[in-house]
Amino acid sequence: MIQLLCAYAVTAMLAPTLFGAFGRRAFGMLALVPAATFAWALTQTGAVYAGAYPMQAVSWVPELGLDFVFRFDVLSWVMALIVSGIGALILIYSWGYFGRSAHHLGRFGGVFVAFAGAMFGLVISDNTLIIYLFWELTTVFSYLLIGHYHERQPSRIAAMQAITVTTLGGLAMLAGLIMLGVIPGGSFSVSELVQAAADGSLGQGVPAGLVPSAVVLILLGALTKSAQIPFHFWLPAAMAAPTPVSGYLHAAAMVKAGVYLVARLAPGFASVPLWRPIILVAGLATMIIGGYRALRQHDLKLLLAFGTVSQLGLIMVLVGYGDRAVALAGLAMLCAHAMFKASLFLVVGAIDHEFGTRDLRELSGIGRAMPVFTATATLAVASMAGLPPLLGYVAKEAALEALVHDSQWLVFGIIVLGSVFTVGYSLRFWWGAFASKPGVDPVEAHRLDLRLGLPIGILALAGLAAGLMPGFVDRLLAPYAQALPGPDGHLALWGGFGLPLAATVVVIVGGLGLFVFRTRVARVQGMLTIWSADQAYRKIMLGLNRFSRDVTALIQTGSLPNYLTVILFTMVGSGVLLVILRDLPTMIMPRLWDSPVQAGIVAVACVAAFLVVRSRRRMKAVMITAFIGYGTALLFALQGAPDLALTQALVETVTLVVMVLVLRRLPPYFSNRPFGSDHARRVIVGAVVGTAVALLGWIGVSARVDPPVTVHYPEEVFTFGYGRNIVNVTLVDTRAWDTLGEISVLLAAATGVASLIFIRERVRPKEFRKILQSAVKSAQVWGLQATPAAEAELMVSKFTQPQDPIRPATSSRGRTWLPGAATLAPVRRSLVFEIGARLVFHPLVLFSLYLLFAGHNNPGGGFAGGMLAGIALVIRYLAGGRYDLVLAMRIRPGALLGAGMTLATTAALVPVFFGGTILQTTVFNFTMPIFHEVHLATALFFDIGVYLIVVGLVLDILTSLGSEIDRQAEAEGSSAPEIAYDEAADVVNEEIEVGEDLRSTDEKVAVSDSASTPAGAAEGEAAQ
Amino acid sequence: MIDMAPSLALLILVGVLVGTGVVLVLERSLSRIVIGASLITYGVNVLLLMSGGRAGAPPILGQSEVSEMADPLPQAMVLTAIVIGLALTAFMLAMAYRSWQLNGNDEVQDDREDRRIALAAMRDTVAERVTDDSGASLDEQAASVFDETEDLPAATDSTRLRAMKRLHHRRGRRGGGAPQ
Repeated sequence: MIQLLCAYAVTAMLAPTLFGAFGRRAFGMLALVPAATFAWALTQTGAVYAGAYPMQAVSWVPELGLDFVFRFDVLSWVMALIVSGIGALILIYSWGYFGRSAHHLGRFGGVFVAFAGAMFGLVISDNTLIIYLFWELTTVFSYLLIGHYHERQPSRIAAMQAITVTTLGGLAMLAGLIMLGVIPGGSFSVSELVQAAADGSLGQGVPAGLVPSAVVLILLGALTKSAQIPFHFWLPAAMAAPTPVSGYLHAAAMVKAGVYLVARLAPGFASVPLWRPIILVAGLATMIIGGYRALRQHDLKLLLAFGTVSQLGLIMVLVGYGDRAVALAGLAMLCAHAMFKASLFLVVGAIDHEFGTRDLRELSGIGRAMPVFTATATLAVASMAGLPPLLGYVAKEAALEALVHDSQWLVFGIIVLGSVFTVGYSLRFWWGAFASKPGVDPVEAHRLDLRLGLPIGILALAGLAAGLMPGFVDRLLAPYAQALPGPDGHLALWGGFGLPLAATVVVIVGGLGLFVFRTRVARVQGMLTIWSADQAYRKIMLGLNRFSRDVTALIQTGSLPNYLTVILFTMVGSGVLLVILRDLPTMIMPRLWDSPVQAGIVAVACVAAFLVVRSRRRMKAVMITAFIGYGTALLFALQGAPDLALTQALVETVTLVVMVLVLRRLPPYFSNRPFGSDHARRVIVGAVVGTAVALLGWIGVSARVDPPVTVHYPEEVFTFGYGRNIVNVTLVDTRAWDTLGEISVLLAAATGVASLIFIRERVRPKEFRKILQSAVKSAQVWGLQATPAAEAELMVSKFTQPQDPIRPATSSRGRTWLPGAATLAPVRRSLVFEIGARLVFHPLVLFSLYLLFAGHNNPGGGFAGGMLAGIALVIRYLAGGRYDLVLAMRIRPGALLGAGMTLATTAALVPVFFGGTILQTTVFNFTMPIFHEVHLATALFFDIGVYLIVVGLVLDILTSLGSEIDRQAEAEGSSAPEIAYDEAADVVNEEIEVGEDLRSTDEKVAVSDSASTPAGAAEGEAAQ
Repeated sequence: MIDMAPSLALLILVGVLVGTGVVLVLERSLSRIVIGASLITYGVNVLLLMSGGRAGAPPILGQSEVSEMADPLPQAMVLTAIVIGLALTAFMLAMAYRSWQLNGNDEVQDDREDRRIALAAMRDTVAERVTDDSGASLDEQAASVFDETEDLPAATDSTRLRAMKRLHHRRGRRGGGAPQ
């Protein structure tokens, strides 16, 4: 069984490939899988009827009771034959049905096979949770199949309705199944559950209403799936699916799942309170309403769809009734329905295929033109109407007989009424499809493709054969019914004279009457406007949409400042709440300052911070910010943190350069809008948050009662980390996991920067030399500047400078100081800077290496060292331009970052191979000439990884925000405008606002879509 | 137990830096937001460092007495925070530049879709693209359902065109049609 399920899954995945290679013939190949299932099920017949049910089990999550358990008993056998047999036939039918040019057949075939597989899995599973799994799989696949023509609205609506309704029921069912799984005596095994319910051991000691409510929940699943009132509306709408799918959906799969579940549980649960009332009311109402609505349909497919609704109601009543004889009749009805409904849908498909319409008002003379086809279809129609000698008749007779025996007159009467409708719409179907109608041109004879005709014939004849051998069918189905109480029932063609026979006569006569007086019936129906569940569904969905729209509009304003304000106030609020709920600690009175120097720096930094906020020029704000940054570096040094001071100073330098690199391309002013009332609001938020953070810091410091974890750091650092610089050892050993996470963040950020800026491929190293030569020839780097003065200067320089660019002083070997600098525009070159850069570059790199290696024992380390090396690169870039940067560092930043990460993780993992733990440090001591005794701690390699990543980060930023922006600027030949954009945008914005009120919402949406980007931006502004 | 009394000067600095940073972060210009984030970073770094207690000697063995040393743990945390601050700054600057390149400004705009929702809520309308339902009756829907059963030379646009023609033809004959 598991092998078959795997075959379904694999075939479904291969289907698109198969269709790509073989076209529609692939349908034939796909049909092999359900055909093999059918054959396998037949080979198991002996075992199943001997009571030795084939079983298979694979454990999945035993703690949850979630295990693949498959059990192939009589009911499974019957269902598996229906599911696989009809599945195979419909796949063959699809082969002939779809045109050569049909779209997406690969997807269609794959999903269909998956659907069949899910249905097969559903009927063989013994675990309730696995049943639920397959149950929802059929929901999803049916959604995909119903929505096959997803470009059409009816298909989308139908698919949405189907999945919404059935998933609602499915979730309820899951809740019910879990309830039954965990209560005393309950189980996740269906067979055990039914057994427990039958012998009364289920739910002993739990409140009386628990089991019935679980049953109601499960029935909700079954009723939605089997399209029972009031959930029936999705099934007629689902006729938007391709006809073969409809055939499968109505006859064998999906809707049969609900009926199957009821049949599966009925032996144990039919006597549970609420079960029978729900089944009877829903089933009988469905039968009547479905039949009633089928009577007036013009579309043959829609007629059949309502017919299915009606039939499902009947089957639901019969299999859920809880009586042996009735259940036997119900199962027979289920089989009969599978055969005749599948064949009738295929008949409608064939008619649509040949004549291009399904409207019974347009079809005429098919019976005369295609007698064999008509005769075959007539068998199926007769079975649907319940005429002898077909299985439909046998099943209905058995049902009536058993109900008479049980003296259920009300049920009996309603079923008779429903059957009258059934005969009525069956006749209407036959007349509509095959009869010759006056005033309609008769169709011409068509020769039906064998792939279409054969499945129809097989299914119709199977109904006849089964009807002619009621005893044989009885023997096959009776073992299932044995599980239910009550006297044995019988399937027979002739049940003797009695009430059931009389009822059958009444049914046939009544149905004939409905058909003969169909115009009058239609008129009466037209006058009675019945309440429509479909409309109710639409109202509910609309209400949900409204509700979600209002909630979204309320909390999702789309404004970043608003979100930030909420976040910040939440932070402050939770802090305040903490202080309120717990007693304040004894506040430690702060001292004024640690040293007067500290106070001085703080005072200057505070003033600078206010200046930043007031500043309206970008560069000014950046410069003052950098000033504050260097100030904090000084504070760090005063606080006794030389490593921090060093790193902060270096980082601040790089940050400053990076900011300048980017902001040179942006307008000099942030915005030309004056500070408005928004600014006051921002200042208030800032004041509140700033004060709160400072106070919380104070409270936090005062609340400290335990000695810091670092009291043992000094000894530990030296003993296990083999270093003297505690901060560095903390980074690379004690808390190296943190560092590993942090360098990963650096890697991600660097990649993010590069991907934001590089919209084209980077230059390959091989091509670089050629490009460099041409760049030297043109000497255009940084040549373009938008300010008129600079441009004029450039123009002047072009005339005044000699054509051959000045070469800076060359060394004795004929090499230039900075080879890349030759590419710069002459006005952009500075001889002093070039020479200076050349002189300091190597010492800086050397010193950065010193910081890296000394960092374990002295201030320094990978972060500071890497940052210094980065600064060396920054200097090369500033002095020599982007070509010189490449010459200085031929390795790409990505390679550096990758190498650093690889080295760090390797260094972290290596100790594991020597019996240590991840990131453990070991030391190697050895003597080397010159250096004498060398202590090499493995943490150093980790630190080298950090170093490489930091260098890679800076290089990445330089190539992205420096070189690439240069290149883009030179390519575009433009620069930042003097003023910000928003004046022009405001105008557009006003236009939109004025126009909006005159137009409808939909048009308005179109306007904003077509409006240019600044207008969109302005619209955002308007939301403030 | 080390002396935990905080320096009032540092506390004020934290408050000022975080406060001014927040003011800038609440702006819409990305470059102001970058600068604001930097200020908040400085402030929080100082706060972290301060949480380790009073100023002390550098935590390097052999250079200063253990009892004199400043708490090294906040220092290690701040150190990585500084470098990550650089990465954050660079990333946001890249975003600002890209935004400027694409939109001609570096402002963070309100989400347009959210605005549209707010407008719809104000006017109490639900767009048809939301419900995806033209309100067609079942019969009208059924009339527009057809399968691709015809053998056409190739699956091209003409296929759909002919299918559509067929559909219209059908509808026309029925004397009614779904509003589409």
